Amino acid sequence: MATPQFASFFPDFYIERIWEKCIKCRRCVRECSYEAHIWDPKKKTLYEDHTKCVGCHRCEAMCPTKAIIIRRHPAEFREHALWTPWFIKNVYKQADQGGVLLTSTGCALPFKNYFDHLVLDACQVTNPPIDPLREPMELRTYIGPKPEALEIEEVDGKFRLKKKLPPMIKLEVPIMFAAMSYGAISLHVHQGLAKAARDLGTLYNTGEGGLHASLYEYGSNTIVQCASGRFGLHVDYLNAGVAIEIKIGQGAKPGIGGHLPGEKVTEEISKTRMIPVGSDAISPAPHHDIYSIEDLRGLIFALKEATEYKKLVFVKIAAVHNVAAIASGIVRAGADAVVIDGLKGGTGAAPTMFRDYIGIPIELAISAVDKRLREEGIRHRASIIASGGIRCSADVVKAIALGADAVYIGTAALIAVGCTMCQRCYTGKCPWGIATNNPELIKRLPPEVAYEKIYNLVKAWAHEIKEMLGAMGINSIESLKGNRDKLRAVGLTKEEMEILEVKHAGE
Amino acid sequence: MPLELDISRLYYSQVNKIIRDYIEKGEREFIIRGVNGHRYLFAGVSAEVKVELYGTPGLDLGAFMRGPVIRVFGNVQDGAGNTMDEGKIIVHGMAGDVVGYAMRGGKIHIYGDVGYRVGIHMKAYMDKVPVIVIGGKAGDFLGEYMAGGIIILLGMNTLYPERPIAGLFLGTGMHGGAIYVRGKVKESYLGLGLKPYPLDGEDEKLLEKHLKEYCEDFGLDLSEIFKEDFIKIIPYTHRPYGKLYAY
Repeated sequence: MATPQFASFFPDFYIERIWEKCIKCRRCVRECSYEAHIWDPKKKTLYEDHTKCVGCHRCEAMCPTKAIIIRRHPAEFREHALWTPWFIKNVYKQADQGGVLLTSTGCALPFKNYFDHLVLDACQVTNPPIDPLREPMELRTYIGPKPEALEIEEVDGKFRLKKKLPPMIKLEVPIMFAAMSYGAISLHVHQGLAKAARDLGTLYNTGEGGLHASLYEYGSNTIVQCASGRFGLHVDYLNAGVAIEIKIGQGAKPGIGGHLPGEKVTEEISKTRMIPVGSDAISPAPHHDIYSIEDLRGLIFALKEATEYKKLVFVKIAAVHNVAAIASGIVRAGADAVVIDGLKGGTGAAPTMFRDYIGIPIELAISAVDKRLREEGIRHRASIIASGGIRCSADVVKAIALGADAVYIGTAALIAVGCTMCQRCYTGKCPWGIATNNPELIKRLPPEVAYEKIYNLVKAWAHEIKEMLGAMGINSIESLKGNRDKLRAVGLTKEEMEILEVKHAGE
Repeated sequence: MPLELDISRLYYSQVNKIIRDYIEKGEREFIIRGVNGHRYLFAGVSAEVKVELYGTPGLDLGAFMRGPVIRVFGNVQDGAGNTMDEGKIIVHGMAGDVVGYAMRGGKIHIYGDVGYRVGIHMKAYMDKVPVIVIGGKAGDFLGEYMAGGIIILLGMNTLYPERPIAGLFLGTGMHGGAIYVRGKVKESYLGLGLKPYPLDGEDEKLLEKHLKEYCEDFGLDLSEIFKEDFIKIIPYTHRPYGKLYAY
């Protein structure tokens, strides 16, 4: 007798077909890369394998007669506050397969979301709000080290800076696109991100999968990444962008490396990563040349030296318990920007336990790092870039008011191009053509569409940020940075407010 | 005529700047003296140049470089050939830790011993195959996560006759490439799931080709090396961690 596979008895989703509407065009069969819709040629009818449905809603969206509804499977377990279906099914899965639970995106648990406990200020009577439609409003942000003070001299009746400013990167909007590798997402999404970054005056990040030849032209809007697997990392790549990001950690999986599953390592990916087709692309947990802050300094300057000090070097870490002390070390090691990726940060593949339980919320981390760097008098030496769980423009404003210079968005950009958060990126079968390299699937999302959606999203957010700034009576994002007076807490404890350095609403 | 430089009074970034300027002007051969812990020499240099270094270069010699052939008359510190792309590093001495980390192409020939974590995550694609030959012994984690390329470990020119030829966790997680070891390795020293194999005809041809070049670099006798048999360590699967997950 075959061993029963308990997990397969209880599907998560239920494919409901409205037969009165169905015209048996079999579009659903073609759209579902998980093969949940099946055509029976003998009986000339359709049927469903609910166990295969991941809840991506592709069939529902594409069905020409809207004959499909994807629901949570109605079968219910007896109620139990502790042993919810999630835990029961996870135990089944592991008992069936004996493996580590794997998932995608960011933390799915309802930990307190501090953004949702912070409200913003606005002007009333005593100082007037500014209307961005009639007055200039600046979102321009400079990433990189700033001098301790400006020394100005007068030459021939003109004032000028005594010393040249250190190199900085100019962003027209303080929203950049987070590292997502070619391999994890399709080339089309990369092309869309790159072009959107150029037209928005911001940066996108290649992730660690190397850089496709077609993307070198977007160099001045590119951050290249150097992670522990060092995939696709060569001199041309290092020189291709305006910054190099050393990836130490990621909010979705602090303390471990990455495995791009072999299913996603196609011929083209094998070429850029220089690994065998079908093998897992393994990024070790640490960089094996970095076991200390001193070693990190070693790599930062190796990269600077290799690129003749023309590129800024960012260091990305996951927000963990001692994030402030670690960030201080990173700044002292010579990084031009510290990237902090919080608990809610997304991923293409991470063990579920890591995604959901490891790391700390980004809001607390931003504030702690900003405070620590200010106290040590080194805040000007590096920018703080925050990421992980930025869902709307108000989150951006709050992150900046807590002390970030700019933010990265990853998940939000993918949702903009059609992601439905089914959380199965690791399978390489993304039916929306986003997190896949399957040549047929990627056609579903052409680069022009990706570009338009991403561009629209950030343009809209930028306008909202201007409106919010104007309402607060400030006309430049610089005046918001670390300006916690513009924030008030609702329903936070004293300790939380101390860490965030915000007052309670009413104070 | 090679260009001669004495860098004993210079900081590494000055040295690299000077070198780059000379390369820009068309200089293709360098003799550099007074090397004393200078970091990042030739890091990121993309040019076909021939270099002789006298002394002990510091961290990350030739990191990310593409093309230079660097002969070191001395030892090298950690990180030599870090993520190097093309070219060659020849060391008439010993090397520290993490030699050839994530190396993508070119060659590293070390006369003596090397430290820990050497050849981690070397890669290869088609005919671009990096090679590290170690005349002495190696520390733990040699060839860990190897995705391609060749490591040849001889264990001959060593300061540590009492030590095993390679440390623990040899080839852990390797999913491509090959490690050749002269003599024997205790199976308990190998990474999980790995086994030593005898060489076949192809292996012997490959070894002869690379070791001939190695012997020419150091004036060694090839027949001396082949007096003992080699074993080969190759991945048992291209997906050592493929069954790690439950879906």
